[in-house]
Amino acid sequence: MSRLYVARNPRVAARSLDGEMMIMSGRDSTLFTLNKTATILWQSADGTTPLDEIVEHRICQEFEVEPAEALHDAETLARELASHDIIQISEEPIPQRNPAAGEAR
Amino acid sequence: MSGLLEEMTRKALKANVPLSVQLDLTYRCNERCVHCYLDHDDHGEMTTAEIKHLLNEMAEAGVFILTLSGGEIFLRKDFFELLEYARRTLMFCVKLKTNAIMIREREAARIRDLGVESVQISIYSHRPEVHDAITLVPGSLKRSLDAVRFLKSQGLRVIVANVLMTQNMQDYPAVRALAAELGVECTLDPTITPMMDGDRSVLGLGVDQNALRQVFRDASLVGDVEEYCAVSTNPDEDALENLPCSAGHTSCYVSPYGDVYPCVQFPLPTGNVRKRRFIDIWRHSDAMNDVRSIRLKDLTTCTSCSHVTSCTRCPGLAFLEGNMRGPSSQDCEKSFIRTGVPSANMLAKKRAGAGQNPGQAHLGHPSLVQIRVLPPSAGTSAAGAIA
Repeated sequence: MSRLYVARNPRVAARSLDGEMMIMSGRDSTLFTLNKTATILWQSADGTTPLDEIVEHRICQEFEVEPAEALHDAETLARELASHDIIQISEEPIPQRNPAAGEAR
Repeated sequence: MSGLLEEMTRKALKANVPLSVQLDLTYRCNERCVHCYLDHDDHGEMTTAEIKHLLNEMAEAGVFILTLSGGEIFLRKDFFELLEYARRTLMFCVKLKTNAIMIREREAARIRDLGVESVQISIYSHRPEVHDAITLVPGSLKRSLDAVRFLKSQGLRVIVANVLMTQNMQDYPAVRALAAELGVECTLDPTITPMMDGDRSVLGLGVDQNALRQVFRDASLVGDVEEYCAVSTNPDEDALENLPCSAGHTSCYVSPYGDVYPCVQFPLPTGNVRKRRFIDIWRHSDAMNDVRSIRLKDLTTCTSCSHVTSCTRCPGLAFLEGNMRGPSSQDCEKSFIRTGVPSANMLAKKRAGAGQNPGQAHLGHPSLVQIRVLPPSAGTSAAGAIA
């Protein structure tokens, strides 16, 4: 089975407000807020860590959830975020010009 | 404002987060607009490193919307370096305000590549002889409109800002039509701001009452004219607990010299980022907290005014008149022109014999305010800023 890689779209704006991640789409300035799981996914989306590793090391550590079920949910979430141009997804690693951007704040 | 942005603004207010900051990168400019409130000399702008440091502090403080303005931002040689840092490294939602005369195809492409949210460009008229007579730069309208087209062709959101003055008042319908033809947004602003040194002579350039009345009764601008021009009903106690505006609550302004103010139009010094961390000024400055403490019920004169909840009263303009809890005469005048009902301030002045017929009066301005250099210690009281 192929692995999925996720990367933050450098064209979006992002900031954590009181623990909640605000994202503004670079496509049409639509504002989104991410829930806790989506925030973890966003912060981990460096383009080089496969989604299954993000799920195993970040999401399953945070929530009591079966890894297989978590991975399925994370893939659905990743595709939804990608449909809004918030992240990019690929079956190959995605080179990032500035992989740390958006991670901490 | 979108529902979600309103919700985030409420959350920012509760958490005391400066959600939105305007940072002027320079006061230098390549135009000399007749109504401009700035002096265009460089009195010691922040360096590239200082601005990057400030941007780091602002991101840490939770600033999300960063408006880069001036002066003319493209006069900074490091402009794109700063923009790239703000967008790529810190992921601010960046808005630009510019006259755009230095934006050509290459700059437009780079702005698009960096994911800027919007670019606001000042256009005073569709006629070069009017626009260029305001900017005092021959050919400036053509260059600004070329830039609008370059930016638009990159798919960027462009907003034409049309400041209304006596010189260009009759041109706003054509400017709006031009904006529509170019496929960009258009905003009108009839507010002329006093010079930063307190000089109010530029206010004479503002549109007269008849012209403003025409604007307020233009259904294509205000929608339902009757509703827009109606006098508000008596406010209840809850309404008087509202904030006068977002200045100092979820937004603030930083000058090219690092001075932090509640708003670009509210020159009350609250601290300088060269001497104190941005977040410390935001949270702990006495002046900022003084601004933050004000509710509508605390406004002298305005509390008893029939316009109190519908007035566009600007606390910065009130401050420039000498009292940030007092009325802003320019806004009193607007409320009167909009509704035909004199404001409490106008009536009080009439009673005191200071004014003439409120319908014809030129409102008195008791004192001027100067922006002064901050004292060495952090935090300045409101009174300390009044000359």
